Amino acid sequence: MSNILEISGVNLSFGGLKALDDVNLTVKAGTVHAIIGPNGAGKSTLLNNIIGKLSPDTGSIMFNGQSMLGVQPHQINQLGISRVFQTPEIYTDLTLLENMMIPLLAHRDGAFKLNLWSRGDQQADILEKAHHFLDDVNLWEKRDAIAGSLSRGDKRRLELAMCLSQEPKLLLLDEPTAGMARADTNNTIDLLKTIAGRGLTMAIIEHDMHVVFSLAERISVLAQGHVIVEGLPEEIKGDPRVKEAYLGGAEV
Amino acid sequence: MAKSTVTPRSDLTLFLGFTLVVLAMPIWLQPFGAAYPDLMQKFAIFGLFAIGFNILFGQTGYLSFGHAAFIGVGSYATVWVFKLMTMNVIPAIIFGTLVAGIFSLVIGFICLRRTGIYFSILTLALAQMSYNLAYSVLTPITQGETGLQLSTKDMRLLDGAVADGAGIPPTNFFGIEMGAWDGLFGFYFCAFFLIVGFYISIRITRSSFGSMLRGIKTNQTRMMYTGLNTRPYKLAAFVISGMYAGLAGCLMAAVDPLAGAERMQWTASGEVVLMTILGGIGTLVGPVIGAAVIKYAENIFSAIDKSVLVDLFSFLPDTLGTFIASVVSLFVGKGWHLTLGLLFMLVVIFLPGGIMEGVDRIKRRFFVKSRADSAE
Repeated sequence: MSNILEISGVNLSFGGLKALDDVNLTVKAGTVHAIIGPNGAGKSTLLNNIIGKLSPDTGSIMFNGQSMLGVQPHQINQLGISRVFQTPEIYTDLTLLENMMIPLLAHRDGAFKLNLWSRGDQQADILEKAHHFLDDVNLWEKRDAIAGSLSRGDKRRLELAMCLSQEPKLLLLDEPTAGMARADTNNTIDLLKTIAGRGLTMAIIEHDMHVVFSLAERISVLAQGHVIVEGLPEEIKGDPRVKEAYLGGAEV
Repeated sequence: MAKSTVTPRSDLTLFLGFTLVVLAMPIWLQPFGAAYPDLMQKFAIFGLFAIGFNILFGQTGYLSFGHAAFIGVGSYATVWVFKLMTMNVIPAIIFGTLVAGIFSLVIGFICLRRTGIYFSILTLALAQMSYNLAYSVLTPITQGETGLQLSTKDMRLLDGAVADGAGIPPTNFFGIEMGAWDGLFGFYFCAFFLIVGFYISIRITRSSFGSMLRGIKTNQTRMMYTGLNTRPYKLAAFVISGMYAGLAGCLMAAVDPLAGAERMQWTASGEVVLMTILGGIGTLVGPVIGAAVIKYAENIFSAIDKSVLVDLFSFLPDTLGTFIASVVSLFVGKGWHLTLGLLFMLVVIFLPGGIMEGVDRIKRRFFVKSRADSAE
C-alpha cells in the first residue's frame, strides 16, 4: 500500500516552547491511523500543520507525493484533505441544507466560481448529494433546521457529513466523540467504521481508548511533541513507554 | 428565520408584490403627503443604494463606512457624459455605473485585506480621502466647492450645438424629459431601476454565490478549510454593492444634473448603514423600507419649524406651551437628526432585526395557529 501522507522531521516552536520535535509519521492509503497522546502532546498542532493553518519551522509534509508546505489552506482542501474540528466548525446561522451546499459547491466548482443566478438547492446533483450525505448521519429529516439549534452531537455529525460530502482522500478527525454520551459515541464509531469500510483514509486524534481501539489499524503515540511509538493496536496496548507517557512513569 | 419556506415561487410573489407597491407609490403615498416626484425619486434612489449595500453588509457581514464615495463617483461620471456626449441618460448611467464598479474594485481590493472594525475604518478613510480629493486636488474634474454643473458651453458631441440664447437642454430618455408627466417620468425611471435592482438582489441572495456570502458571514474559518478562496467572493460582493451605489449616484444626477462632493461625505455613508439596520439587516425588503422611512422622516421633520410648534401647543398655557415648543424644536427642522437618532436607538434596542423583525413578530402573532398546524 502506498503512503498517502508522509510527515518527516517536522519541528515547530512557539517562542521557547517546542511544540513539535522531529515528528515522523506516515499514513498508508486506505487505513485508519490514530494519533494518541496526553494533553499538550502536540496532536492538534500536528493537524494544524497538515491543513496549512500553521507551517513547520523545518521538515516536510508530503500528501500524495506533493509537498504541502506553503500551500494555501483552501488549496490543500481542494487537493483532498478535509478536517473535522474539535469544536464543530459549521455555519450556525444557516440551515443544514445550506451547510451542505457550500462544501458540495466547493467540491464541484473549485475554490471560486461566480454563479450569481442559479439556486444551489435547485441544482439536482447538489441536492441529491446533500440528501445522500445527510442521510448517512441521520440528519436529512432536520435539513430545514438552523444548524446552531442542533445538539452538540448533531453538530459534530453535520460537520462530518459536510467533510464527507467533499469525498476527501484523507479525512482528519480531531476528537470526533469528545463530549458525547456513550450511546452517541457508539453510533459515531459505527458510522466511522462504515466510512472506513468504503476505503477512505482517516487520521484520527482521540482520547477515548474505546474509540481508538475500535477503529484504528495503526497508532502513533505523541508525547511532548515527539512520536515515541508507532505500531499496531495490540503492540501499543502493551508498550511500557506509552503507559509512562500517559501516567508520568507511575506504576500501574 | 424561516428560510426553509423560501421557494422560487414565494420569491416571485415577493417580487410581484414589491413591483406593484413601488409602481403604485404615487397613489398610496397621497394620504401621507409624500406623493410628489421629488421625494418618491429619493425613495427609489436610496432604496436602490440600500439594497446594494445590504448585499455587502447584510449578506457578507462586512460593514463599509465609505459607500457614499461610489455615489459621488457615479454622479460625477454621469454629469461628465452629459457635458461631453449627450443629455440622453442611458449612456451616462451605463458609463457612471461602470466607473463606480472599477473604483470599488480598487477600494475593495485594498480594504478587504482586513476584516471587522479594521475593514470599516479602511473604507471610511478611503471614502474621506476621495471626498477631500474631490474638494481640492481634483477640482478640474469635480469643480470643487461649486460642484460639477452643466453649462451651455458644454460640447455634447452627440447632441449637436445648442442654438444661441437657448438654455441648457434637459436630461432625457430618448427624447422624453425627466421632468415629463409632471415629474412622474423621473420617478418611474428611477423606480424601474429599483425594481430591476431588487430582482437582481433576490437572484443573488438565492444563488450559490449568495450561499457563499452567508458562509463568509457565518464562519470564514470553515470556508477556508472547505476549499474556498473567500477573497474573490468578498471582492465580488463589494463591487456589486459599489455598482448599486454608483447607479444610485447616476440616477441622482440624471434627475437633477449636478454633482457635488458633499454626496461623498461620511454622513451619507453612515445614513445607508442606518437605513439597512432600521429596515432589517440581511432581509430583502428591509433596506428599501428603511431608506423610505428615513427619507420620509427627513422630509417631514426637517420641514417643521418653531412657529409651527408654537401653534401646535397653543392650547396649553402660554409659558408652558412656548417651553415645550422650544424643547421639541430641537428635534425638528435642522435638528431632525436628533429624532432620527432616537428612532434608531429605539429600533436597535427593542427590534434588533429592524422593522422587518417587527413585521415578522406581528405575522407570527396572527398566524401562530396556522403555523402550528403546518408544522405537524
